[in-house]
Amino acid sequence: MIILPTNRNLADQVLKFSSWFCGLLIIGFFCYLFIDIIWHGIERLSLNFLISDPANAGRQGGIAPMLVSTLLLLIICISIALPLGIACAIYLAEYTNEHMWFAKFIRHSLAMLASVPSIVMGMFGYAFFVIALNFGFSILSGALTLACMVLPFIIRSIEDTLRNIPQIHRLNASALGLSKWRCIFQILLPMAGHGILLALVLGIGRAMAETAALLYTAGYVTRMPDTVFDSGRSLSVHIFDLSMNVPGGEPSAYSSALVLVILLLLINASTHWMAKKIRHRSNK
Amino acid sequence: MSRDKALHYSLKFLAGLSVSSLLFIIFYLVSESSIILQEVSPTHFLFDNNWHPTEGEFLILPIVLGSVFIAFGAMVLSIPLGILSAILCQFYAPVWFSKPYERIIEILSGIPSVVFGFWGVIIIVPLLAQIEAPGTSMLAGILVLTFIIMPPIVLIANNAFINIDKIQLQNAMALGMSRFSIIRYIIFPNAKRGLLTGMILQSGRAIGETLAVLMVCGNVVQFTGNIFDPIRTLTSNIALEMAYAMDLHRSALFLSGLILMIVVLVLILLSEKLETSTKSS
Amino acid sequence: MNQKGGHPFLKAVPDSYTSAPDVDDLPSYIEIQNLSLRISQQPIFESLSLPIYRNHINALIGPSGCGKSSLLNCITRLTDHYDNATLEGNIFVNGVDVLNSSADLIHLRRNVGMIFQKPVPFALSIRKNFELPLKEHGIKNPYDIDAKMEQALRDVGLWQEVSNRLNKSAMLLSGGQQQRLCIARVLALEPKALLLDEPCSALDPIATGIIESLIRELKEKYTILIVTHNLSQAKRVADYVAFMWYNNNHGKLIEHNHSNVIFKSPSNPITAAYVKGLTD
Repeated sequence: MIILPTNRNLADQVLKFSSWFCGLLIIGFFCYLFIDIIWHGIERLSLNFLISDPANAGRQGGIAPMLVSTLLLLIICISIALPLGIACAIYLAEYTNEHMWFAKFIRHSLAMLASVPSIVMGMFGYAFFVIALNFGFSILSGALTLACMVLPFIIRSIEDTLRNIPQIHRLNASALGLSKWRCIFQILLPMAGHGILLALVLGIGRAMAETAALLYTAGYVTRMPDTVFDSGRSLSVHIFDLSMNVPGGEPSAYSSALVLVILLLLINASTHWMAKKIRHRSNK
Repeated sequence: MSRDKALHYSLKFLAGLSVSSLLFIIFYLVSESSIILQEVSPTHFLFDNNWHPTEGEFLILPIVLGSVFIAFGAMVLSIPLGILSAILCQFYAPVWFSKPYERIIEILSGIPSVVFGFWGVIIIVPLLAQIEAPGTSMLAGILVLTFIIMPPIVLIANNAFINIDKIQLQNAMALGMSRFSIIRYIIFPNAKRGLLTGMILQSGRAIGETLAVLMVCGNVVQFTGNIFDPIRTLTSNIALEMAYAMDLHRSALFLSGLILMIVVLVLILLSEKLETSTKSS
Repeated sequence: MNQKGGHPFLKAVPDSYTSAPDVDDLPSYIEIQNLSLRISQQPIFESLSLPIYRNHINALIGPSGCGKSSLLNCITRLTDHYDNATLEGNIFVNGVDVLNSSADLIHLRRNVGMIFQKPVPFALSIRKNFELPLKEHGIKNPYDIDAKMEQALRDVGLWQEVSNRLNKSAMLLSGGQQQRLCIARVLALEPKALLLDEPCSALDPIATGIIESLIRELKEKYTILIVTHNLSQAKRVADYVAFMWYNNNHGKLIEHNHSNVIFKSPSNPITAAYVKGLTD
């Protein structure tokens, strides 16, 4: 917060009033949204809800297959995006500087990738993974599409962490004759550990919130997927379907939304906790 | 050391792999759109009677306008709301308020758009239906979209205010300027660059938003100035019709995807140009 | 016209002081000849020539910014890490020109160890701090590693203090202990020379005292070059002193001689002014 001298002139008062008005409006909206979801969602929420299959097109029953599909999507997405992202971040942070054209090309491409509208991403996923590579509507197609979407965020986060490691550590490693391989894998990456974890969690949050890109890649089916080549419906797609295509699906949708929001809150909380740990470490 | 050399080249390769998806995206968008561009002249997109792709009518203009109006409306609402919230956080609210407030905004910006869309369907649409039927309308889309893009705008504005030139600020305070004058004459001009680039990026996000607008806009293809009328956006158009589109129809959808992509890319280039130009000044 | 400091003596530096005569005709382990360093076209120092005598403590003194630390980095070719650095001249380490692109850097860095101003142990266990460099230089047998580690830790007087916590993180040690650990880590590689860049400036006076007496003991076996800001430290430990100052915004070697000569009867007026403490 920036502390400024107060002055009771008219303009200041007007600004004060209008900004408080906005702030309280937003808080009011947030409270309404939350209370609404909790109030209506808690009705159906139970252990049973979490572990049983949906029935009657989702109006009754639970969301077990959706949870499993979402989990599978996340696992595959992260297993591809995290290693690839770490590799790219290492390349950008340790092997390039501002002037190299390849580095500039990669940075620009990542910025563009990060802004591709999710439905366009879904179209790409459909054309490439579902049709061209013949994976069909499957968790695999969905996860690969998600991986393309979260990569830019993971790379940016890890690259920042690596760049924040003071140069003295690299000089020191060099002075002891350590090869770049050892320096990166046994010294720098362990130091960047918390940053990598943070990037991971951010990626998970981003992937879980994604819906449009999954519609035409992972599919719509409500059964429990047996393999990654099966189609599966993620939690967010389920909420969409219940509210748009299933009359009377609102109660289930509320409960599903509640579950999704709770999961995201947990992710948000762990992000903060990790960021705090990083700050403590760098202050030591 | 040959191990170091191998490492260098593999990392370089993996970095290239990471961005290869972009190349594929552009490739597919262009190649699939080219089908319709070869068969149908562009005048169809502007002057046909309606959007009935299965019958050879490709009037896409009202759909484009739908996207533009909704994004514009949402920006008009969220920018003042967002900036005022940030001003509140930074300059007027005590710490016990602003810290939790920031957390709330962060949580809001992480909530998936499908939840906002769902909420819009349950609450906003019936509310609007009482004012004027049918409820699913441009206004519903604008409101829901505002909820979605306003939290990131608050965060961007917060950031912009924190990162201003502290020395100018100290000088102003030493000269005894009042709070309002400082905000207006020192902080705002300084933060302008950060604010502008953030706004431009968020407008790109507003145009690209799919689910929420799909759920509350009504999806009727029509020209209208009445905000209570249902309309369709480019994004929801794609989402609705991809399932059963074939041949030319599908190609038309890919074309609209290409247009979306180009618009967003232009916005990004604009914001990057802005960042680098004012950086050097 | 010198821009730093307004002392009447500090005008242009006569060229006759740019090279250091071989003061005592002693054998030198490191020979710096006509070295110039430029970073992004900005000169850091020009035409520097300096011998570093075997088994003696050579000190490099002078105000901050005239390139002393950069000179150290040049010797072990750490300047390869800089963005846009150009080096001209020769540096001979034990007769081999290390600025040659075919020079064996691993060999060089094993023979010439570097200690930095801020202690930088690896954020790993004490044992790992020794394992990594030793393994890199081909010593893989755990018994050998342990033996070298123990010897090095005894040499710096740390063994008693850490022998029971070798598997704990090195970051838990105090500043002085960490710096001694860094020295031990270098000694475990059995170098011939040690370069110390203001090794005590981040430490308290007691830790400083411990490190200074360690340095004095080390000169029996190693060639030592120490950069220091601290004139009294130089007086305490150095055998030979080289004094650098600015000339037109880049560094130049002003005088190089026996420690006694530099501190008691320097020939150059700038040196005299500096060691009297008038211009720091």
